[in-house]
Amino acid sequence: MARKLNLRIWRGNSTDGGLQNVTVDANEGEVVLDVIHRVQAEQMNDLAVRWNCKAGKCGSCSMEINGKPRLACMTQVASFEEEETITLTPLRAFPVIKDLVTDVSFNYKKAMEIPAYEAPADLKPGEARMAQVDVERSQEFRKCIECFLCQDTCHVIRDHEENKKSFAGPRFFIRIAELDMHPLDMLRNRKQKAQEEHGLGMCNITKCCTEVCPEHIRITDNAIIPMKERVVDVKYDPARWLGSKIRKRDGIL
Amino acid sequence: MATGVFSNGRAKIAERTLRTDRWWLQPAFTVLVLFSFIVYATFRAFENAHYFVEPLISPFYSPCLSTGCVSGSSLLGQPLGVYHIFGMMISPSLFILIFPLGFRMTCYYYRKAYYRSFWFSPPACAVAEPHSKYTGETRAPLIMQNAHRWFFYAGLVFNFILTIDAILAFRNEHNQWGHMSVGTLVLLANATFLWLYSASCHTCRHTIGGRLRNFSKHPMRYKLWTWVSILNHKHQNFAWVSLFGVALADLYVRQVSAGSITNLYFF
Repeated sequence: MARKLNLRIWRGNSTDGGLQNVTVDANEGEVVLDVIHRVQAEQMNDLAVRWNCKAGKCGSCSMEINGKPRLACMTQVASFEEEETITLTPLRAFPVIKDLVTDVSFNYKKAMEIPAYEAPADLKPGEARMAQVDVERSQEFRKCIECFLCQDTCHVIRDHEENKKSFAGPRFFIRIAELDMHPLDMLRNRKQKAQEEHGLGMCNITKCCTEVCPEHIRITDNAIIPMKERVVDVKYDPARWLGSKIRKRDGIL
Repeated sequence: MATGVFSNGRAKIAERTLRTDRWWLQPAFTVLVLFSFIVYATFRAFENAHYFVEPLISPFYSPCLSTGCVSGSSLLGQPLGVYHIFGMMISPSLFILIFPLGFRMTCYYYRKAYYRSFWFSPPACAVAEPHSKYTGETRAPLIMQNAHRWFFYAGLVFNFILTIDAILAFRNEHNQWGHMSVGTLVLLANATFLWLYSASCHTCRHTIGGRLRNFSKHPMRYKLWTWVSILNHKHQNFAWVSLFGVALADLYVRQVSAGSITNLYFF
């Protein structure tokens, strides 16, 4: 059964803009992205919105719905009260391009700063083998769809623009964790780099990244905190450091 | 200069947050509970009385290491003397509370709780924090959060001691074994909650197996890691339950010691 939905949509560009009210029909079972498309078709033909799969797998339609970072395609209209006005804004951690579309290139720059997997020198392509338990550990991190909702909600950069140069953000901490936990990765200084170059120490583990992740990746518990503990192993634990030197153990550096 | 969500180039929105839910409820509740605990624990730490009654000892005073401790309360002897500041005797509790306090202060869960609730950094997700600068845990004093594992090890020692206290509570007022009272259950519950809190700790998870690069080469540690990981999912719950457990165990011992209530024996 169709219902009337009251929306407040932020419209504007990088220099000016504001919230505009609009009322639109919404059918049973529809998601917020559906009604945005209806607004675009019927009332605001030049409304800019980024989207692609409409299935929660491409990470394109990230925006803030009633102030919370969410995917528009995975937010049911039925989850709002009948009389509620739904506020739609672009991601507030990134520069806006137009209306609901932001410039997320910050994330691609950070991605390029993460050193890639370094294969063992004695293995030819196709020869690498891993046990299933080791594969499973990082599979959780591979679920990331790069919607950048975690980056958007992270207060380190959301509330402090100046930190962007020295902080990679939760999305890239799970990438670093994935590589650091990889049994075959030969690059041995990821922990130091995580702390000194990618700003792991800036994270105060308030878990907002985990709360907003549409793939339910336990970013803080399974990636950031384990990486913080690994950094302690090499930087802040003299007993552990000494033990690794005496026994010449591989693996923690 | 405008920063954060008000930075140049970002969407011009005047509100610090557009959230419509009661996002302030959780931090407010956390402040209320933690502040209440701090007030109660401070009062008890300085009270220096009503912490021991055969066979029960308050977790706030165990082990009681000072020569000022009441007779029979010093499980590990009395290596410390009696010291005074401004004419007031330093409570034996103050010699030991730094360790469990440090463990909780540097705990990954409590950090989230107090950073959000007391320091508003941030008060809630997607709610702009009031601070103009932020350096996280990269500088003193917050870089000391990296000492969590040392407090974890100290916490294990205290867990052992409090477990022994619970076992010793299987005696009656005349030190005869084979008895059990409500106090026994209280101390047992307290020790159990503390073990669950420690076992579910992120540092424990890391130490058990999390630091490994290769689970398949360490099947036993991997198995232990999976068990600790299950507990780790509930670390927040254990953090709160064990906090209440310590306070309630202390309150029970205090009331029995003060004569306000009688420690009921089952047998």
